[in-house]
Amino acid sequence: MLTVVEKTPVSVEAKPVLRVEGLKAYYQMNYFGVRREVRAVDDVSLTIKRNEIYGIAGESSSGKSSLIKTIAGAITPPLRVVEGSVKFDFGGKELDVYAQRPAMKAARWKHLSYVMQGSMNVLNPVRKVKHAFHDFAFKHMGLSEGEFRAKVESHLQRIGLDPRVLESYPHQLSGGMRQRLTIGLATVCEPEFIIADEPTTALDVLVQQDVLALIKGVQQRMGSSIIFVTHDMTVHAAIADRIGIVYAGRLVEEGLTLDVFQRPQHPYTAHLIASLPRIGDTRKRVALGGKPPNLADPPSGCRFHPRCPLAIDKCKTDNPPLEARNNGRVACWRAGEMEAA
Amino acid sequence: MTALLELSDVNKDYRIGGFLDRSTLHAVKHVSFTLEEEKPEIFTVVGESGSGKTTTARMILGNETPTSGSLRFMGKDIAAIRSRKERLAFMAKVQPIFQNPFEAFNPLTTLDYYLFSTARRFLGLKDKAAVEAATDKSLQHVGLSLAEVRGRYSHELSGGQLQRIAVARALIPGPKLIVADEPVSMVDSSLRMSIVNLFRELRDNLGVSIIYITHDLSTAYYISDRVIIMHKGDVVEAGRAADVLGNPSHEYSRALRNAVLPPDPVIASAIIREKLRAF
Repeated sequence: MLTVVEKTPVSVEAKPVLRVEGLKAYYQMNYFGVRREVRAVDDVSLTIKRNEIYGIAGESSSGKSSLIKTIAGAITPPLRVVEGSVKFDFGGKELDVYAQRPAMKAARWKHLSYVMQGSMNVLNPVRKVKHAFHDFAFKHMGLSEGEFRAKVESHLQRIGLDPRVLESYPHQLSGGMRQRLTIGLATVCEPEFIIADEPTTALDVLVQQDVLALIKGVQQRMGSSIIFVTHDMTVHAAIADRIGIVYAGRLVEEGLTLDVFQRPQHPYTAHLIASLPRIGDTRKRVALGGKPPNLADPPSGCRFHPRCPLAIDKCKTDNPPLEARNNGRVACWRAGEMEAA
Repeated sequence: MTALLELSDVNKDYRIGGFLDRSTLHAVKHVSFTLEEEKPEIFTVVGESGSGKTTTARMILGNETPTSGSLRFMGKDIAAIRSRKERLAFMAKVQPIFQNPFEAFNPLTTLDYYLFSTARRFLGLKDKAAVEAATDKSLQHVGLSLAEVRGRYSHELSGGQLQRIAVARALIPGPKLIVADEPVSMVDSSLRMSIVNLFRELRDNLGVSIIYITHDLSTAYYISDRVIIMHKGDVVEAGRAADVLGNPSHEYSRALRNAVLPPDPVIASAIIREKLRAF
């Protein structure tokens, strides 16, 4: 099993809030006696420290959403955890997501919350916003109705929303306000750990920066940790402390944001960074050839080898382990040559 | 020089509301621009949701008639197209590409059906071999081949591949103009560049003009020749891409320009920190 203890400047002694070890989660289907297995999360190990924003990047169908769903314990068959563990540490108490179901249920929203992608889908269109807060958070707070209402109102004020929005229906609010509301909803209990799935993808460009600043601000004030998923590298650049790059269900690189952008160690990461368009630069960007691998039948060896410009024979047969290198981790047989290039 | 597409003072109003509270929404106000026939270009329309950019696209495609003003394609008024024959000839020259490739293709229909029926309808081909040859040729332009697409369903391919097939389908009739409404917003950033590069190749190799509608300023800067920025139905700024996006002069275009995060952690995190301080 691959577990590497990192040393990074953010919070020195505190125990990590999340520890994922050798996690494998597969979609297992059995149609007419034919077993199909889609390896959406394949041997992922990572730790997330307190007070840290960890970004997960990767293309669609790379398994990044399956990974965070598995971490949240929010999976339903056919997706199953085959191996490995997900352990949280909430206030010194260890909590195994898949071994301690009842304790996990109590911890939800109070310690662990979730910002979902399409804000319109989260808020019930025929009920007022205040009911959403009541449904999600009331029973976790242990307050009376009046105290709860006051707490929600002051919380909304802090994130820049008028408390009057509680009396409105979701369709009366703009996309940016709804996304703020879902963030408000996820943070009202001041959880230690927040999972966010594409928090800004559905938003207009003009409000994107405000929402990102809001996420960062709330995180700093509460000192909680956030793991978020997006394929938009500029969002990672803006708020992530560390980035993990997922390719075909595997973590292929992890490192401090600045390192990943300035000195990518994996050829896939290098390509991702190099293909980003910038205003003021019209030089031709080379797009990655080939197609994303089919996770039901992934390529042998390193899963990136059919599209990799640096692939050698070894890459076709042997799967590179994720190893510590230059203050980060990388899974590539040719990571050494990447540096030289 | 003759004009390929000429919009002069195009307006589109929608009536909203019911019997008692009727009001008018000016979706597009006084839009004028001209695309030259001899000089194929990528013409970008930038704007946030509700800016009127999709309504403009629908009017160019002939799906929507303007309230006032005229749209002329190769000298002919688009709104004056009446007969089926004229309409078919117009559609062969102006082809759309839609935003979400997963919704554009019926999940229960194989993708080659769309390609074959386009070839049959617009090229008048009857012979199976000729239909397949025409389909394969346009798939080659987008870096695919009929062998890869035949018999496949939309869920078997990635968003980037589907969008390529959508482009291939649009190329079959031999269009002069492609109207692409947010073609990359549903495609993730690593595949985005392959679609955008494809537009460049179409312009340079096939001489197809492209109206690229987007809210993504960085790809707009990357491929456009000319840009207009729309805000609440008005064109607030128009000109060469480097001038409009590099040095915006209108207040709204500046706001839009500043809303784009650079792919650089040092600058991007500084922007967010600055926003935080203002909180």
